[in-house]
Amino acid sequence: MGGNVPAFTPPPLPSDDKRWKIVNGTMRKNGFARHALIETLHTVQSSFGYLDDDAIRFVALSLRVPLSQAYGVVTFYHYFSLKPPGEHTMTLCTGTACYIKGTDKLVGSAEQHLGLKAGHTTKDGKISLMTARCVGACSRAPVVICDGEVAGEVTNEQMIAQLERWAVE
Amino acid sequence: MTIEELEQIAKSVHQENEKYDYEVNVCMDLACASQGAGALRDALAKEAEVSGKKVLIRKTGCMGPCSSGPLVRVDPDEALYAHVKDASAKAIISSLGDKPVAELQCDLNEHFDKQVRVVLENAGHIDPEKIDDYISRDGYKALLTALTEMTPNGVIHRITESGLRGRGGGGYPTGLKWATVSKASGDLKYVVCNGDEGDPGAFMDRSVMEGDPHRVIEGMAIAAYAVGASKGFIYVRAEYPVAVARLTTALREARRRGLLGNNIGNTTFSFDIEIRLGAGAFVCGEETALIASIEGRRGTPKPRPPYPAVSGLWGKPTLINNVETYANVAPIVRNGGKWFFNMGSERSKGTKVFALTGRIKNTGLIEVPLGIKLWEIIDVIGGGVPGGHKLKAIQTGGPSGGCIPADMLGLGVSYDALMAAGSIMGSGGMIVMDDTSCMVNVARFFVEFCMTESCGKCIPCRAGTAQMYTLLTRICEGTATMDDLELLVDLCGTVKETSLCGLGQTAPNPVLSTLKYFKNEYIEHIVHKRCPAGVCNLAGASAVAAASVEVPA
Repeated sequence: MGGNVPAFTPPPLPSDDKRWKIVNGTMRKNGFARHALIETLHTVQSSFGYLDDDAIRFVALSLRVPLSQAYGVVTFYHYFSLKPPGEHTMTLCTGTACYIKGTDKLVGSAEQHLGLKAGHTTKDGKISLMTARCVGACSRAPVVICDGEVAGEVTNEQMIAQLERWAVE
Repeated sequence: MTIEELEQIAKSVHQENEKYDYEVNVCMDLACASQGAGALRDALAKEAEVSGKKVLIRKTGCMGPCSSGPLVRVDPDEALYAHVKDASAKAIISSLGDKPVAELQCDLNEHFDKQVRVVLENAGHIDPEKIDDYISRDGYKALLTALTEMTPNGVIHRITESGLRGRGGGGYPTGLKWATVSKASGDLKYVVCNGDEGDPGAFMDRSVMEGDPHRVIEGMAIAAYAVGASKGFIYVRAEYPVAVARLTTALREARRRGLLGNNIGNTTFSFDIEIRLGAGAFVCGEETALIASIEGRRGTPKPRPPYPAVSGLWGKPTLINNVETYANVAPIVRNGGKWFFNMGSERSKGTKVFALTGRIKNTGLIEVPLGIKLWEIIDVIGGGVPGGHKLKAIQTGGPSGGCIPADMLGLGVSYDALMAAGSIMGSGGMIVMDDTSCMVNVARFFVEFCMTESCGKCIPCRAGTAQMYTLLTRICEGTATMDDLELLVDLCGTVKETSLCGLGQTAPNPVLSTLKYFKNEYIEHIVHKRCPAGVCNLAGASAVAAASVEVPA
């Protein structure tokens, strides 16, 4: 073929939401290189809480990564979420030490209490119930993370009490 | 930065510390922090100010025995206090200069006596956010010594001489790996630190990265000098936000001190490190998958060869070592290869950090010389199984490892002995199980993990682990036959022999090792519809019980 390849112009920010500037900042810092895809998706998730279609599309176009590849990466890694989190998030650690100390019963009990499967959010958008592979606090198993606060040696009663406190807030 | 300047910094830190009469070290690692160490530190600082005593309150990394947290150590008396609540802050501060607070003191002498600290030598002694604290304990001395007094080959020779083997689990000789990367042709080479620690039930690398981040950076810089690399990456799990924050601070501080960047130590050596976040994929602990992830792609492994040592990140020669491997480098360079070689067993040199968890009294982080007997870890360091329960098995190596039965406590902990016993050293998770754990259920737990974490690239792993899981579920639910068991064993062999990467090749290990030592539990489930540990809900249980009643005596 031949001829001039037109200079690449990154797409405009999806909206005037200031958080897009943070996302753009990560990409700029990495020179809009394709390998910055995961880094950028991390920035999107930490800024917006999850990744929606607009965000994935914007990042893929900006980094000149095929949409299929971007979506493939998002769905490959457990850490990325395609759904907005609830107001509160309870994450139950399901690592081996927690498992030995009965985390499966905690998961079952929380699922029953909230009437949903782990990985989902209550209909009113209040509580997300998540599981983690291991958060590395094994010596305090079983471990539950409530809105980022790590709690160790958690009993079923403590866990349910926390869920009830959130529900009536 | 020169060695003289380094010594000057160390001297000024010591002088600064001498202004204080007492040092109160508060463990701020995750386990202690989750029990209120933050508020405790504040309370101690407040009490210290009120008392008018000259007290240095220091936030440190993991001190080890997490089950006794929050932990406080008072120097120079070396009094260790356990389960400290912020209400005890006043008592601790007023005891300074007098007798230690007896009711808070813990007797963990036996716990510590069996341990040898190389990787964890600074843990609990330095503030991980202060580079000068690290420098005051001989930090970065090894790097500057290597740069100014040793050739790259000399460094590799020293690592080879030490007998250090990869601490990520595989146990590949570190010196040999370095030599391969060093000999690989190419101007651009990379050094990568694997901090993905995806093994559930293990947190050694998290504690090292959080409690002593400069040790990892120094090890990487020495490695880069030895193999001729100019750029490094630390790949850390996104699930470890504190580790990421500490490493970010440490990298900034190291650059500020001229210990990273251009012309380090006024030599021609230039090197810098970037952090890359993982995103929750166990398979990314496999080196070729990790490389794919750093390149921004899905973490799927590639067939080897070519090995990353020849063609790795962006096709360039790449040295990949685990966090703990790098953490061993500086002390080896400082103290000599022979010093390290003299620790450990015949073919496993040095020490190993383990995360001791599960049904054991003293849970936490331990560092022991290799070759140590399992009973010394379980009974002496760990304090035995609590609650009158009986030890059943010790699980090492995570989803790639196996269960060692209680009657093998005489086993010396080394790469080869664990392998011969059907498990692996792994990265250092050591989970103790008692008679409340069902070994079939444990095997199913690990297979479920591998099934979920399989990247799906090769069929034996993708489909094989799913079928193994189905068969194990049948056994746990009491609907399996002995034919199913035979099929399971057969399938284990296929998955082990034909999977593309380590994840699949080792996924059958938990099944095979429990079958080796606890076959009776499988039989009980299948034939008698009974779970000896009382964990599984077996469908046929009542039917069999009823049937057995009907049989005339």
